[in-house]
Amino acid sequence: MNIVPEFDPLHFSEAALKMRSYRQQILASNLANVDTPGYKSRDIMFSQALREQVEGVAYSNALPLSATDGRHYRIGGGLPGAPALLYRMPMQPALDGNTADVETERVHFADNAVRTEAAMTLLNSVISSRKLALSGNNS
Amino acid sequence: MSLMRSFQVASTGLSSQSLRLNAIASNLANAEAVSGPDGQPYKPRHVVFRPAPIIGEVAAGVEVAAVVEDPRPGPLVYKPGHPSADANGYIRMPNVNPVEVMVDMISASRSYQMNVEMLNTSKQLMLKLLDLGRV
Repeated sequence: MNIVPEFDPLHFSEAALKMRSYRQQILASNLANVDTPGYKSRDIMFSQALREQVEGVAYSNALPLSATDGRHYRIGGGLPGAPALLYRMPMQPALDGNTADVETERVHFADNAVRTEAAMTLLNSVISSRKLALSGNNS
Repeated sequence: MSLMRSFQVASTGLSSQSLRLNAIASNLANAEAVSGPDGQPYKPRHVVFRPAPIIGEVAAGVEVAAVVEDPRPGPLVYKPGHPSADANGYIRMPNVNPVEVMVDMISASRSYQMNVEMLNTSKQLMLKLLDLGRV
C-alpha cells in the first residue's frame, strides 16, 4: 500500500509559493513600468506554470525553438527552466505603446498577494500537522 | 529570492518617479524664468523612462533613459518696461503651462504612491514568510 500521497502537500505548497512569488516579481515590473513608453505588460499562465513546477516537466519548453544566432527571434522570453512569459492582451493601450494598465495590474497584484498569503497559510498548516505527528501528543 | 526582486523593482520605480517629480518641480519653479545663464528663457525638462532589465531575472525595473528639454518656444508677452524686452516691448516666456505641469505632478505622485504600496505588500509577504513554520 502506498502511504505517501502522489503529490506531497509540502512539495505542492512550496511549488505554489515559488510560482506566486515569481508572478509577484513580474507584476511588480509591470507596475513599475506603467509610465514607460512602449512597455508591454507581461504575465505567466499560473495554472500551467504550477503544473510544470509540481510535475517537474517543462511542457512549454519541451520543444524549444533553438536560437543559434544573436539575430534569431526568441519565443516565450522566459528564462530556461522558468515558465514562459506571455504578453497581456491590452484593454486600452496608451498612445505611446504602453500596455500596462494600472487598474488591471493593481487587481492582479493584490489578487496574487492574497493568494501568496493563502499558500503560506497552507504551508504553515502542513508543517504544524507534521509537527503534531512527530511529537505524538495531542495536547 | 523572488520577493527580494520585487523590492528591487519597486525601488527603481521610486527613484525614477522621484526624479520625474524633481524635473516637474524645476519646471514649475522656473515658470517665470525669462533668462537663464545663457540669456535664453528656461526650457522645461521632461524625463524619459525605459525598462531596466535585471541580470538573470525576468523582472525589469524602470530607469530614466534621458532628461530632454522641450524645444518649443514659449509665448511672447508684451511687457515694455521689462529689462529683457526686445525693441517692440515683447519678452519670450518659458514654455511652461502650469496646468500641464500640475497634471503631470499628480500623475507622478500617484505612480510614486503605487510603488510604495507595492513595496509595502512585498514587505508584508516577506514578514509572513519569515514566520513560516513557527506555529
